[in-house]
Amino acid sequence: MMGRTIIPIGPYHPLQEEPEFFTLTVEGETVVDIDVRIGYNHRGIEKLSESKTFENSTFVIERICGICSTSHPFAYTRAVEDVFPMEVPIRAKYIRTIIAEGERIHSHLLWLGLAGHFLGYNTVYMWAWKLREEILDALEILSGNRNNYAMFKPGGVRRDIKAEDIPVCLKKLDSILPTLDMLKKAVLDDPVLHARLKGVGVMTYQEAIDFSALGPTSRASGVARDVRKDSPYGAYQEMEWDMIVTQNGDVFDKAVVRILEMFESAKIMKYCLINLPDGEIDANIMDVPPGEGIGHIEAPRGETFHYVKSDGTNRPVRHKVRAPTFMNLPTYKATVQGETISDATIILAAIDPCYCCTERIAVKDDRGHLLYNGKDLIRLSREKTEKMKRRMGVR
Amino acid sequence: MTREEVLLDFTSRFHEDILDLHDKSRTRVFVTVTPESIVRIGTYLFRNVGARFNIASGTDMPPNIEILYHFIVEDINLLVSLRVLLDRENPVIDSLGRDIEALNWIEREMSELLGITFTGHPDPRRLLLADNWPEGVYPLRQDYEEWDETADRTRGI
Repeated sequence: MMGRTIIPIGPYHPLQEEPEFFTLTVEGETVVDIDVRIGYNHRGIEKLSESKTFENSTFVIERICGICSTSHPFAYTRAVEDVFPMEVPIRAKYIRTIIAEGERIHSHLLWLGLAGHFLGYNTVYMWAWKLREEILDALEILSGNRNNYAMFKPGGVRRDIKAEDIPVCLKKLDSILPTLDMLKKAVLDDPVLHARLKGVGVMTYQEAIDFSALGPTSRASGVARDVRKDSPYGAYQEMEWDMIVTQNGDVFDKAVVRILEMFESAKIMKYCLINLPDGEIDANIMDVPPGEGIGHIEAPRGETFHYVKSDGTNRPVRHKVRAPTFMNLPTYKATVQGETISDATIILAAIDPCYCCTERIAVKDDRGHLLYNGKDLIRLSREKTEKMKRRMGVR
Repeated sequence: MTREEVLLDFTSRFHEDILDLHDKSRTRVFVTVTPESIVRIGTYLFRNVGARFNIASGTDMPPNIEILYHFIVEDINLLVSLRVLLDRENPVIDSLGRDIEALNWIEREMSELLGITFTGHPDPRRLLLADNWPEGVYPLRQDYEEWDETADRTRGI
């Protein structure tokens, strides 16, 4: 029997909601087992939220994650509104949708750039992040912030969109679309990327169901589930848009889903900006009655789920937060086993957790000598791409 | 199946186990069931009705500990929350994580944060709390007291 080596990955990568610590057991180059330990950055936000008022909690919740800083307040405000239950004004729904879709585009671009970086395609990385700046600028015009937009409050939004800002944002959106299209073609038509990513880290349809996987991770395996379609909220039922579903479940399909989703998001965002209805932006709710409420929305990574229990005071008795990665992370068990170490990086990245983790990978042999660190693993991944390029005669 | 058909089928099939059904709104139903029946009802919803498991949320409400298992039936946009009340002194319930992989992590989380024992759980290790966290101290219980004298957890409150 070949000797087994244990590779510790982690634990810290501060960009993600939940930093985790992976233990890969490898035989030669093949990963035979994977174990995950989370909780290194457990900040007790659920408990903390119990000590804040319903309105103040929104700001705590917003800081759960820096990348999807809209998805948590969105789900939370919907949960509070569900306690009544009540509807928010239509203009507020549109504004919420605009911010949420802008965030989806910038989050997917961030993912695409880093995925390219790990594969040795630094041009993709540069292009994707350059485009992301445009979206962040648009969000800054609309909300005043590049991240942590502070737009949400139970009952509506905190800040209106000015009429003169709309054409500027539309122009920015239009300006990125041709470049995004070029990027799409560059990634999807590249023979090396096909060879490198197809059939790698496959999650089957049944595994996606069993793990209750969410978002692009499940849609790449042929599971047509999207909260925006299944339980319509915001302004999503007002316009035509497509749910992107692919069938193969490998890393390539996960990339395809995210890339194509950005075009749909741009479409939704544009529709909402052009057809923004007039009216109030806040229902001005005063007291939250006793009861329970559930809010769930489609974040860039999948469904974000919040449960709020109120006893009639101005603070929640219980506030449960479930980020999509909590359901998507365990799917590593199904996808990483049997793959090689040089592919582990991109498979771990494919569900879109944070990438800081991969910079902290260290490979040690059984006597504790350092064999590879994070940089070496990225190098391994790039070398594999280079080797493939040479074999295929691509420069 | 429509919403009414799903609910009728569900209530007639498990009428002995259902203690209370609160039809809150068009998309939300809260069903209180007996703790003994949770594995049967949970797996029925997941495997036969085709519901997706959202998450479970535990709450300490003396003299009980309450668990809500949230399942969503996506075709009809109905979120079914199964409510189970356990004895706070001895909170024990059968593990659903044994049958449904998606519940594996959340049961581990609830067991360390609220002190609920899930009998038959395939992997009852710690998930979130630090290794030096003492046994029997549950941070989400109402009567939780700071145990670590060196910790400063009062900032900003």
